[in-house]
Amino acid sequence: MLFSLIESFRSALASIYAHGFRSFLTTLGIVIGVASVIAVISVTQGMSSFIGDTFATLGSNSLTIASYTPFEDQMKGIRARLTPEDLELIERRIEGVASITPVLYATRSSQIKYGSQTSFSQIMGTTYAYQDVSQSFMSAGRFLARSDNMTRRRVAVIGDKVRENLNLPDNPVNEFVEIGGEWFKIVGLLEPKGDIMGFSQDDRVLVPYATMRSLQGNQARTDIQIQLSLSENTDVEDVTRQLITLLRNAHDLGSEDDDDFIVQTAEQLMETFDTIINMVTVVIGGIVSISLLVGGIGIMNIMLVSVTERTREIGICKAIGAKRHHILMQFLIEALLLSLLGGLIGLAIGYGLGTLISNSIPGFPSASIPLWSVGLALGFSGFVGMLFGILPAAKAANLDPIDALRYE
Amino acid sequence: MALIELQDITKYYTMGDQIVRALDGITTTINRNEYIAFIGSSGSGKSTMLNILGCLDKPTNGEYHLNGKNVEVLDQNELSEIRNLEIGFIFQSFNLLPRATALGNVMQPLIYRNIGFRKRKEMAMQSLTRVGLADRTDHLPNQLSGGQRQRVAIARALVTHPSILLADEPTGNLDSKTTIEIMQLFDELHAEGHTLIVVTHEDEIAQHCNRVVEMKDGKIFNDSHTHSAKVTY
Repeated sequence: MLFSLIESFRSALASIYAHGFRSFLTTLGIVIGVASVIAVISVTQGMSSFIGDTFATLGSNSLTIASYTPFEDQMKGIRARLTPEDLELIERRIEGVASITPVLYATRSSQIKYGSQTSFSQIMGTTYAYQDVSQSFMSAGRFLARSDNMTRRRVAVIGDKVRENLNLPDNPVNEFVEIGGEWFKIVGLLEPKGDIMGFSQDDRVLVPYATMRSLQGNQARTDIQIQLSLSENTDVEDVTRQLITLLRNAHDLGSEDDDDFIVQTAEQLMETFDTIINMVTVVIGGIVSISLLVGGIGIMNIMLVSVTERTREIGICKAIGAKRHHILMQFLIEALLLSLLGGLIGLAIGYGLGTLISNSIPGFPSASIPLWSVGLALGFSGFVGMLFGILPAAKAANLDPIDALRYE
Repeated sequence: MALIELQDITKYYTMGDQIVRALDGITTTINRNEYIAFIGSSGSGKSTMLNILGCLDKPTNGEYHLNGKNVEVLDQNELSEIRNLEIGFIFQSFNLLPRATALGNVMQPLIYRNIGFRKRKEMAMQSLTRVGLADRTDHLPNQLSGGQRQRVAIARALVTHPSILLADEPTGNLDSKTTIEIMQLFDELHAEGHTLIVVTHEDEIAQHCNRVVEMKDGKIFNDSHTHSAKVTY
């Protein structure tokens, strides 16, 4: 069995080589299919590993709590809220919290002006503790202070992108900007953090939480986000459980009701992104792999032609002692090799394509090919080769030796 | 014991609504080291005879014992094995594999016996040397003359050390000079102890044999032992 198998491989290679151009055209379908699958995977996986790196800098021991209203309830006009009271409750009752801060996003205009320049940025009301929670560092000036909050001072800390957009000087400290019709003095500039998924993390303006609240009219409906970081040796899961119990009680939720808030860790956020990206990978990969099927049909077509062409050869081989499985193997291996060859070429082209795409879009993460995708591409093209090789190979193996020998 | 025993062999084909009796009750025996010719005009059933004897086809009825084995009950794979072990084919149109060298062609049947490359090559070289082609081993069939091709085919038939050599119009595609060479080779092989069965319609070829079976309408018409194997040209 072994030697006849080796011989099948040798003869398959010889046959592929003998019809070089035809073999190339035959594999083209597989080449294109595998190349596109690999290109898609390499780009999305590059993105995914980049996101992973980015989230790692966010710190894995921080938690974000936000209100959550199911879409159905939103339609009914119901809005879940997190209130400053919830914040106080957490501060008093949860152990292991290192820093905790409310974050209040501007609900109205996020317009910010400096001289004749106008920009739209994310404006957040928060406290001094945010620096610790979000692992933000200053490149100039200072962060928001406790006293800023108590006296509702009109001061702001800005991200680097905001400074750029507004044409502020390299050190914007002590400049005044207009936010929502009020004048704010810049007291600090944050160190650049880069992008996540194309969203700049530096396009934000931080103002004291109390100032933000006073600027927002309807205080009864305040909906804040709570961000907190945990002290060392505190179990994130444990705290999450405590938080959920506490907030459910505070919000008078019965055992039937769903949570009207969500507790998110940086890890969960990352997982969410990962899930999305993996879904995109699978969907696009799935669509593209249809071309692999088309490629497989191309291989079947040529293998059928090849069987017909070599009918006489098959007859000779059978006359001198080839059994069904000898002939079957020979043609199956030829189909397998053809499509594996296509898979390998496609792999190389796909990687090149992925690199090209990620390099030609500025700021796009570089392509990466996970090993599983190589295995997948080769495995799948091999499978396609086998699948579509079976019919021609069986046709060859079942030929009657007399008819095959007489074939002209 | 006889090498080949045929017992009331029939082979019927249906052509449309007609039944063609290609073989109609053949009973004969062939012994080891016989040199036998089946002759007859076209349609006499000698090709069908060859297919049956060569285990390429199974008879409709009757019993065929080859080297003690009951052949007509075997399936296609078992027939392949019998062909590989017991029969060396020599065809009119040589039937070499076009993309394999002379050596590769002769090695081919040994692949199905699962013999390793070195041993295959050794056996094939011996066989090619026997037919006088030791210096043409790397040539492809289309680089060889007709006579040389038939020698490669004979080497391929010999390499498996079969019980019978089965030749189908072996000189049909050859000129008269090459025909003489090939028939001399056949005579030599017979002298060496091989059993040769030749199917032909040429009397000159049949004259080499020491037994001539004439066929007509699927039946044995005449069966004569001639003992005139040595023909001088």
